[in-house]
Amino acid sequence: MRSLIDISELSVGEIEALIDKAEAIMESPADYADKCRGRKLATLFFEPSTRTRLSFEAAMYELGGNVLGFSESQSSSAAKGESVADTARTVSCYADIIAMRHPKEGAPLVASVNASVPVINAGDGGHNHPTQTLTDLLTIKREKGRLTDLTVGICGDLKFGRTVHSLISALSRYEGVRFILISPAELRIPGYVRDGVLKKNSVPFEETTDLDGSIPSLDVLYMTRVQRERFFNEEDYLRLRDSYILTAAKMGAAKSDMTVMHPLPRVNEIAYEIDSDPRAAYFRQVMYGKFIRMALILKLLEIE
Amino acid sequence: MKIDAIKDGIVIDHITAGRGMTLYNYLGLDALDCTVALIKNVSSSKMGKKDIIKIDADFGVDTDVLGYVDPGVTVNVIKNGEIVEKKKIELPEILNGVIRCKNPRCITSTEHSLPQRFRLTDPSGPVYRCVWCEARAKTDFDNK
Repeated sequence: MRSLIDISELSVGEIEALIDKAEAIMESPADYADKCRGRKLATLFFEPSTRTRLSFEAAMYELGGNVLGFSESQSSSAAKGESVADTARTVSCYADIIAMRHPKEGAPLVASVNASVPVINAGDGGHNHPTQTLTDLLTIKREKGRLTDLTVGICGDLKFGRTVHSLISALSRYEGVRFILISPAELRIPGYVRDGVLKKNSVPFEETTDLDGSIPSLDVLYMTRVQRERFFNEEDYLRLRDSYILTAAKMGAAKSDMTVMHPLPRVNEIAYEIDSDPRAAYFRQVMYGKFIRMALILKLLEIE
Repeated sequence: MKIDAIKDGIVIDHITAGRGMTLYNYLGLDALDCTVALIKNVSSSKMGKKDIIKIDADFGVDTDVLGYVDPGVTVNVIKNGEIVEKKKIELPEILNGVIRCKNPRCITSTEHSLPQRFRLTDPSGPVYRCVWCEARAKTDFDNK
């Protein structure tokens, strides 16, 4: 039995197989409509989410399975003080696979150690979010046709943004990928990513505060939201939230085939006027997220 | 200064000068009711100065603590006045229950029954990270 807590647990070959499977599902969804008949997914969301929870649920329904769970900790026994370990043991009696989001870092790992069914980390605090990373990789593959030889700009909150850390870690394993990391000084990538991933693997990267100057060289621009819930201090949040706003004027300097991505939800960092630009891929990214989760559920349930 | 030799017990030798008290505290030696000697700034041909701790009892010393606070110390086990075992302590790969994760977002900050466990991720630092949240361990002493 296998879980997915951190994207680094998957080899490049396994990621490519998941991407291939997702593309096969997109090609002929009817072939997969009964693959999970009689199986149940438990979505244990101790923190609010729209996309991740609904995409897991849609993924399981489209595979012919069923879904149970909760979408906030107040409606679970966690409100009575039940531990993550006990919740995982209990839910293992009802479901075949668990997707867990939790505000505390490491909670899905605790669940996976105690559950008797596979656990998927659907986001733990500012730590990991591997299915978002799989979504991002599938999006890049679909939009650019490759995962190699790309200049990838990542802009916004690079300190607390868990999607950013996982994406850098995953893309660093592909040939010819170069990063331009655009953020306010206070929200630069943490040392364990800079030293432990980029420098350690000799991946070329540049850190800058300048979005305008960076945009012309990018193949992919990954925008992120400054997340209010990651700050202990409201003043810091208010000061930093408007640091970067992508507008049509800024897009004028970008390559004609640059892909704009965002893990969503956005607040104001991408102007609505860009939504109709064919380079804006963030809503297609949402759709890809469902298909890659279908592929992952099949893999972890060992269904061909 | 004369400190009596011990008959059955432990001598922790080659402690970096100035770190003896840290080790004393981490090992919880204040709770022992046997004779314990902490000797500071002893002349050493190899180290210039060193600290030594002598414990006059058969004490199960936590080598993870020793390796974390001061890798390179040696532990001599004394029986009937003779050294019967000499161990050089190295950085432990895993630290169990030695330090606590200080990341307020870590699951261990709310679920106190979880084991406090850290993994060595960079021996050159040395850097230990919480196995649950991967936050870097922060020490209250210089462990270079």
